[in-house]
Amino acid sequence: MIQLKDKLLRGLLWISAFLSVAVLVMIVGFIFYKGINLISFSFIFGDYSPTGGGGIWPMIVTTIYTILISLIIATPIGIFAAVYLQEYAKQGRLVRTIRFATESLTGIPSIIYGLFGAVFFVTTLKLGMSIIAASLTLTIIVLPVIIRTTEEALKTVPLSYREGSLALGTTKLQTLYKVILPSAMPGVLSGIILSIGRIVGESAAIFLTAGTVAAMPDSIFSSARTLTVHAYLVTQESGDIELAAAVGIVLIVIILVINLSATFISKKLNRATNK
Amino acid sequence: MSRLMSTSVIEHGELTTKKQSWEGISQMEQFKEGTTKINVKDLNLFYGEKQALFGVYLDIHEKQVTALIGPSGCGKSTFLRTLNRMNDLIDGVKISGDIVIDHENIYKTNDVIKLRTKVGMVFQKPNLFPMSIYDNVAYGPRMQGIKNKKELNKLVEESLRGAAIWDEVKDRLKTSALGLSGGQQQRVCIARAIAMKPDVILMDEPTSALDPISTLKVEELITAMKKDYTIVIVTHNMQQAARISDKTAFFLNGEVVEYDDTDNIFSTPQDQRTEDYVTGRFG
Amino acid sequence: MSIPTNNKQVVVIDKANKRKYMLEKMSSRIFLICALLSVLTLVLIIGFVFYKGAHPFVAEGYSFIDFIFGKDWVPSEDKFGIFPMIVASIFATIGALIIGVPIGLFTSIFLAEIASKRVAKIISPAIQLLAGIPSVLYGVFGLAIIVPFLQNTFGLVKGQSLLAVILVLAIMMLPTIVTVAETAIRAVPQTYREGSLALGVSHIGTIFKVIVPAAKSGIMTAIVLGLGRAIGETMAVILVAGNSLIVPTSLTDSVRPLTTNIALEMGYAFGTHQDMLFATGIVLFSFILILNFVLAKISAKGGN
Repeated sequence: MIQLKDKLLRGLLWISAFLSVAVLVMIVGFIFYKGINLISFSFIFGDYSPTGGGGIWPMIVTTIYTILISLIIATPIGIFAAVYLQEYAKQGRLVRTIRFATESLTGIPSIIYGLFGAVFFVTTLKLGMSIIAASLTLTIIVLPVIIRTTEEALKTVPLSYREGSLALGTTKLQTLYKVILPSAMPGVLSGIILSIGRIVGESAAIFLTAGTVAAMPDSIFSSARTLTVHAYLVTQESGDIELAAAVGIVLIVIILVINLSATFISKKLNRATNK
Repeated sequence: MSRLMSTSVIEHGELTTKKQSWEGISQMEQFKEGTTKINVKDLNLFYGEKQALFGVYLDIHEKQVTALIGPSGCGKSTFLRTLNRMNDLIDGVKISGDIVIDHENIYKTNDVIKLRTKVGMVFQKPNLFPMSIYDNVAYGPRMQGIKNKKELNKLVEESLRGAAIWDEVKDRLKTSALGLSGGQQQRVCIARAIAMKPDVILMDEPTSALDPISTLKVEELITAMKKDYTIVIVTHNMQQAARISDKTAFFLNGEVVEYDDTDNIFSTPQDQRTEDYVTGRFG
Repeated sequence: MSIPTNNKQVVVIDKANKRKYMLEKMSSRIFLICALLSVLTLVLIIGFVFYKGAHPFVAEGYSFIDFIFGKDWVPSEDKFGIFPMIVASIFATIGALIIGVPIGLFTSIFLAEIASKRVAKIISPAIQLLAGIPSVLYGVFGLAIIVPFLQNTFGLVKGQSLLAVILVLAIMMLPTIVTVAETAIRAVPQTYREGSLALGVSHIGTIFKVIVPAAKSGIMTAIVLGLGRAIGETMAVILVAGNSLIVPTSLTDSVRPLTTNIALEMGYAFGTHQDMLFATGIVLFSFILILNFVLAKISAKGGN
C-alpha cells in the first residue's frame, strides 16, 4: 500500500517536472522559431516603419532610456534609504513604518502604479505621456526592490567590520563608504540588476504612462514605446505574431545578458573579497 | 562594599598603601606606577532599564597592562567599551559618571573621533576588513587624511614591526588580509591599532579565538608593547592575567570587587569573592 | 582625586574633526530624507488612488454596492458595475493557483530531491531565467498557441476565454514558484533527511512527511510571489481574455478581469469614468491584500 502510494507520488513528481520543463521549453522554442527569421542587423538597428519591414531601434532606445532614468533616480535614493534603515535609524516605530511602507510597495501590482503615474505624472505634473513620466513611475516600482536587496546586503556585513572601523576613529560615513558598502556591493548590485530586469519586463505601467508612439523619441519628454509595449501592440493590433516573437527574442537575449552579468559580477566580487 | 574597596585604592591616590608591595622595584618603575592615565569615577551604565555597571571607580596607570577579569556577564567588556565610547553604538545605552583620560572628560568633550584615535581597540575575534594587509593597516591613518605614500609605507612597516608580524607578511602586503591565519590576523589587528599612534590600547579577550601557540605570541607582544602603550585587557583566562598584567581588577555583577597589583590579587586577595574566583571556585 | 578633572565646559574640537562631524550630520539627514521619500511615495500612491477612487461614491452619490455588484459596465450610459470583472479575476486567480501550484511545487521537489545533480544544474538556472521573461511574451504565446488550441479542441467561436487566462497565468507562475520553492527545499538541513531515512521511512515518504513541512514557510513565500505575479498581470491577460463584459458561467466564456479593464480604458477615460477605473484599482488592491492575508493564515495554521 505504502509502496503503491510512493510509486504514485514519484510518478506525479516526474510528470510535473516534465510538464513544467516542456511548457517552458515550448514557450522559448516558440518565440525563437516564430521570430528568428525576422532577426537581422537592420531589424535591430533600423528605424521603425509603420508600413512594415522596419526595425525596432526606437523601442530599444526607449527601453534603455527608461532603464537609465529610473535607475539614476532610484539607485541613490534606494541605497540611502536602506542605509538609513540599517545603519542609522534607532529601531522603533519610524523604522517599522518605513519598512512596512516599502514592503507594501512591493505588493502593489504594476497596473496600479500605472494608474497612479497616468494621472499624477502625466496629468497633474503635466509631463504628458512621455518617457520621463514612465521612468518616474518605474522608479517607484523598483525603489522597494533596491531598498530591500540593499538592506539584506547590509545585514550580511559583520558588525565586527563596523566596530573595527569606528574604533579607529573614523566617522560613520567613512566606515560606510570605505568598509560597509564595498562589502555589501555584490548584494547591492544584484538588486540593481533585478531592477533592470523588472524595468525591461514591465509593460502595463509603461503602456499607461509612456503612450504608444512608434518613433525614435526626440527627448525624454516624448511619448514612445518600449520593447514590451511594442510586442504587446503588434500582437493586439495587427496580430503580427512573428514580429512580436522577434521582439521577444531581443527581450530574452537582454534578460539572459542581465542574468549572466549578475552572476559574473557577484562571482568576481566574491572572489575579490575572499582572496 | 566593592565601592569602598576600589575607592580606597584610589583615594590613597598617592598610593601609599601599596608602597610595601613595590619594594625591590626600581625608582623608575615606581614613578611610572604613580602616573594615572585613565581615571574612572562613579561610572554607571544602563542598557535601557537594566543597569550593567554600578558605580565603578578605577585608576588605570600609564604604560602598564591592566587586566579586567571576572565571570561572563560581569560587565568587564562593557566597562572596557566605555573607555573608547564603543557603547555609543548600541541603542538605549545611558551612562553617568566621569571618565577622564589625560585631563579630558571623554563624555563631556564629545569628540569621539579624537578619543578613538587616541584609544585604540583590539577585538575578541580578528576583524580585519576584506582588503589587503597594507590597506588594513593604512586604513586608519588614511581616514585621518594622511595621503603621502612614503609616510604611509613607513607607518605600515613600523606598525607591523611593532606588532611582531612584519617578517611574516612583508612579502605579501598587497594580498588579502583574510588569507592569514587567525593568530596572524589578530596581530595585524594590533598593528592596525598601533598605526593610529594611540596612547591606550584596549583589548577585548584578544586571544580567546586563538590556538595556544598564537596566544603565546600575542601575549609576548603585549608584554613588549607596554613600554609604549597603556594597555587594558579583558580576559577570561586567569593564567593570562597573571602572566601579562601589572594590575588586575576583578569585576562581579557590574561592580569592581577588588583592584590591586596582579600579584596581590592572585596571592593575597582581600575579598572572599575574589579569592573564590581566582582559585576557580566559580566562574 | 589623583587627577584633576578638566571642568571647563568649553570644548575645543579641532577643525578637521569639526568638518567630519558636520558631514556626519548632513549625511544622516540625507539618508533619513531618502527613507522618508519611500514612505511618501506609498502615502502618495495610496492616497491618490483612494482619493480618486472614492470620489464618485463620496461626492457624486454613486452607490458602492451597485459598483461592486452591478453587472453592467457602460461608461457612456453612466453605468459602472464591475461584478463580472471581480468574478473573472477571482476565477482566473483560483484556477491558475489550482493548476500552477501543484505542478510548480512538484517540479521544485523533483529538482531538489529526485533529479540528479547534473540534470538539476541545467534545469534550475533555465527555469530561473524564465522567471525573468517579460510577461507580455507569455501573452503572445497564449494568443498564438493556447487560444487556437482551445478553439479547435472545444469547437469554440473564440478561443480567448477564462480557461486561456488560467492557463497563461498558471504557466507564468511556474518559474517563480519552482525557483523559490526549490531554494526553500534545498535549505532543509540534511540531518532531517537522514533522521527520517534512518527510521526506515522511504525517500518519497521522507519528502512529503518531513522535508516539505520543514520548508513550508519558503514554499508559502513561493506561492505568494507566484500569485502576486499572476494576479497583477495585465497585458498578457488582455491578449487571451477576450475582454467580454459578462459574468463567466463556464471556463470557455470570454472574460475581462479587473486589471484588463483598467488598462483597456485608461487611455481615453476622463471624469467619473476615470475615477471608476481608480475604484477598480482599489478593489484589485484589496483583493490582493485579502489573498495575502488568507495565505498567511493558511500557512500559520499549517504550522500548528
